[in-house]
Parts: sequence; structure tokens; C-alpha cells
Amino acid sequence: MIRTLLLRASVAVLILGAWEIAPRAGLADPTFLPPFSSVVDALWNWIASGEIVRHVSISLQRTALGLGLSILIGVPLGILIGTSHLFAGAFDGPLQASRQVSAIALFPVFILFFGIGELSKVMIIFWASVWPILLNATAGVTDVDPVLIRSARSMGARGLVLFRKVTLPAATPAIFTGIRTGAAYAFMVLVAAEMIGANAGLGFLVLHSQEVFRIPQMYAAIVALAIFGLVLNKLLLVLEHNLTSWRAAATGH
Amino acid sequence: MSLTAEDAGEYSISIAALSKRYRPHAGTEALLALENIDLRVRRGEFLSILGPSGCGKSTLLHIIAGLTGAEGDIRVHGRKVVGPDLDRGVVFQDYALFPWRTVLDNVAFGLEIKRIAAAEREEIARRHIAAVGLQGFEERYPAQLSGGMKQRVAIARALAYDPEVLLMDEPFAALDAQTREILQGELLRIWERTGKTIVFVTHSLDEAVFLSQRVAVITARPGRLKAVVDIDLPAPRHERDVRSSAEFSAVRHQLWELLADEVNKASGYGLESRARAVGQASPGWFATLAGAFSRRAG
Repeated sequence: MIRTLLLRASVAVLILGAWEIAPRAGLADPTFLPPFSSVVDALWNWIASGEIVRHVSISLQRTALGLGLSILIGVPLGILIGTSHLFAGAFDGPLQASRQVSAIALFPVFILFFGIGELSKVMIIFWASVWPILLNATAGVTDVDPVLIRSARSMGARGLVLFRKVTLPAATPAIFTGIRTGAAYAFMVLVAAEMIGANAGLGFLVLHSQEVFRIPQMYAAIVALAIFGLVLNKLLLVLEHNLTSWRAAATGH
Repeated sequence: MSLTAEDAGEYSISIAALSKRYRPHAGTEALLALENIDLRVRRGEFLSILGPSGCGKSTLLHIIAGLTGAEGDIRVHGRKVVGPDLDRGVVFQDYALFPWRTVLDNVAFGLEIKRIAAAEREEIARRHIAAVGLQGFEERYPAQLSGGMKQRVAIARALAYDPEVLLMDEPFAALDAQTREILQGELLRIWERTGKTIVFVTHSLDEAVFLSQRVAVITARPGRLKAVVDIDLPAPRHERDVRSSAEFSAVRHQLWELLADEVNKASGYGLESRARAVGQASPGWFATLAGAFSRRAG
């Protein structure tokens, strides 16, 4: 445990150390790759001035709205498709075709309909993240071990009771895999959306810093994005862990 | 055959002219899995269904459980079987425990369906967990238990909602020999204590002879009822070394004779001739034949 921690820490120190030394030793052009300390400096200044809060909160708001909408629509629709032949037959074609359309490609369409404001950004995040959520929810309910269904039926469980007590808990791990994949897609598209027609957000901060040639700030925004993504994923993992604690018990973690 | 009201009193399960057809693939011709089976199980009886793999013995159990339909007249306590119900409890070979539920909540599942109040539910579940020797494991998850313990939980779960009939589908097939013998003894004790009617599907001759009052032998596909054999062994069997008695061997041999042809039919000619050759050459021929039984479908 301690050994792995030490190992991880030393790898991190090695990489950041190289980043620090390379521009100072003339191995990299400091104009394009400033030393890591100046990046930390830039990030610290944003935190101290509170400027970063505005960007983080707008990015967070966009992700939460887009991803939230995806979960609200993707999970129930995915379950419906997985449990009803009628639904599966009706929706399979259109859904398979729609999911092939890249979210980035649809951005101009969304701007056309929803304007350059928040709604089009939320919509593009929704579009990118809804597919893995929907498909995993469908797979989750269709892949429930038939032995469990049979066993529950033998005890008289039917219809909604069977769904609530067996199908849904059995599908929960798959649904969560979908949500975490969806969150990763949401995050990716968020950055792209914030680089097109935005005046706030971490993605905007990266592009804007580069445009005004504040290179340490550009790297600082990228580092902030990485931290943002890590925290988002960690939050979802904690939530998943709490909702499917039986799996952790099974593997002894 | 018509069933009268008296049948309902004496017999727990009455099966008349049961046939089961199925289509392996949509559009293909229907195959006959079970053909014209007549069988009655007395109240409180322990009956085993024995047959080669693929003969449809598990299907027969599922039909009694109401999990799959069939032609013919199938009644449990005089009531026509139209679907699963809490008057029958099923124990499956692969335990079929809910991995997200603790032992306690697994055992309480049927009680939840029966809409029994939470406090009473817990009390009943704890009692049945204790009865199968799993006190202290109430909060464990199935993945934290051994195969034998899982099957104990499954038995406790099926008994907790107090069904009149216990239907067991090769429940011990996946367990090691020692655990299997221990659980067989425990099952006999449970049967004696509760007086349940038990229908037990197995492909093991020894298991059928050791446990049952009667053994129904099913033929290779299509499954027909070949014979019903009474097992007159002294009780209580789990307290003596019944397995090594002369009576045990005699009954087992009788059953083996009935079964041998069916096993050969089920396992194909190549295996048949090999089994014969081994049978002449060494005393291990029975083991070879028994190995031809698959563990899976019955």
C-alpha cells in the first residue's frame, strides 16, 4: 500500500520535474512550454483572485445539466427498449442511425435552433452522453441472468414487482457503467463546446489564453480541466460504490 | 384419466397425460420432449425423478413449478397449475440467489412477495437460516459463501414461505462429493421435520436411492415414464451407513438396469460401445457410464 503510494508519487515527481527542468535547461522552448512552476503560479493566481470559480461553475453547470438530462431520458428509455419488444422494434433503427451522428457535427444545428447560448451547449453534451447511457441500460436489463428471473417467478414475483426487485437491481451495475462512460463523453464535448462561441468555462479559458498568448495560463486551464474530470469521475465512482455495495462485499474491497 | 376430489386429499401432485413439445428455433418442426406422463406424488412423499441427461426431467419439474406450460392435466393439491405460486418452492442447481441481497434478504424474498410485515419477515427468515446451520451469516452476500452454503440459503429461501411442495432441480450436482453427502443428510432431516412433499430431480443413482421413497425413471428423449421403483430402505437413513448396505446395492442395481439402455440411447453409440468395453474390462465401468451423464440439462 505504502510502496504503491511511494511509487506513484515518485513517477509524478519525475514527470513534473522533467516539465520544470526541460524549459529551464533549454531542452524545450520556454515560450511554448513554460516551466511547471509558472503554470502552478498562474493557477494559484486564478484561485486567489477567485476568477477560476466562475469558469469552473459554468463548466460544472453545463455538464450537470447535459449529463442529468441524458440520465433522465437515457436510463428510462434504455430500460423500456430492453424490456419491451414493441419498443425495441420501433426504436432500434432510428436510434442506431442517430447515435452515429457525431455530437460535434450537430453543434451548428443546435446553434441554429437554440442559439449560441447555454441551451445549445447543454444539448450537445446531452447528445454525446445519452448514447452510452441508453445502450448500457438496455444491455443491463436484457442481460439479467434468466436463472434469477426464473427463481423470482417461482416465488410468485411478476410484472412490476419482478422488475423492481430483480431486473432493476441486476441492471444497476451496467447502468452505472453507462453513466460513467456518458460522463467521460460529456466532459470531452464540453471542452469542444466551450471553444466555440463561449465567453466562460474551462474550455474557453484554454483557447482564450492561447489566443492572447498567455501560455502558462493555457496550461493552467488544461490542468484545471484534468482535475475537474478526475473529480467528476471520482464522484460518480463513490455514488456507484454506495448504490452497488454488494459488489464490493463480493470482491472483498 | 380423470381426477376426483379424493385425489386431492391423498395426492400432493397429480399429473395426467402430460406432454411437452418445443421448437428449438422459430419455424422448425416441434420436437417432443416429454410424452404422455402419468405420475402421482403422495402428500409428504419424497420422490426422485431419475433419467439420462436431456431426457426432460428438469423440464418436468419446471412444468410442476408452473414456470413452463405443457399439454395435459397437472394439479397440485387438486388445483390446476396455471403458473408459479407460493404453494410450491423451487431449489435450482445453480442456487439462483440474488447477489445484491444479503443471506437474510434472500431468504425473506418469498415473504416479501407474500406481503408479510417486515418484523415478522425477519423473524421467519432468521429461523430458517438457523435451521440450515447458517446463524451468523445473515448479513453476508452470496458471493462470500461457498457452494454448499449457497445451496443451504436457497433451501432456506424455498422453505421460508412455507410451500406445501418442495421442487428440487439437481440441487447438489455442482457440489463436491463430501458437501453433497452432508447436504443429502440434512435434506432428509428437513423432510422428516417439516413433512413437505419433495420432488427431487437428479441424474445420480446413489442420490436417488439414498433420498427417496420412490424413484421415477424417465427414458431418453422423448422422455416417458419408464418405471416407478419403491425404495424400501430402513429409516432414518442419514443416521446409519445405508449406502454400504446390501439392500442399497440391490436397489441401485435394479435402477441401473432400468437406466442403462436410456443412458446409451442418450449418449450415442460411440460412447455406448466404449462403455461396454470398459464394463467388461474393469470394475470402473459404472463410473464411466455415470460420467456420460451430463451435469447440465436433465
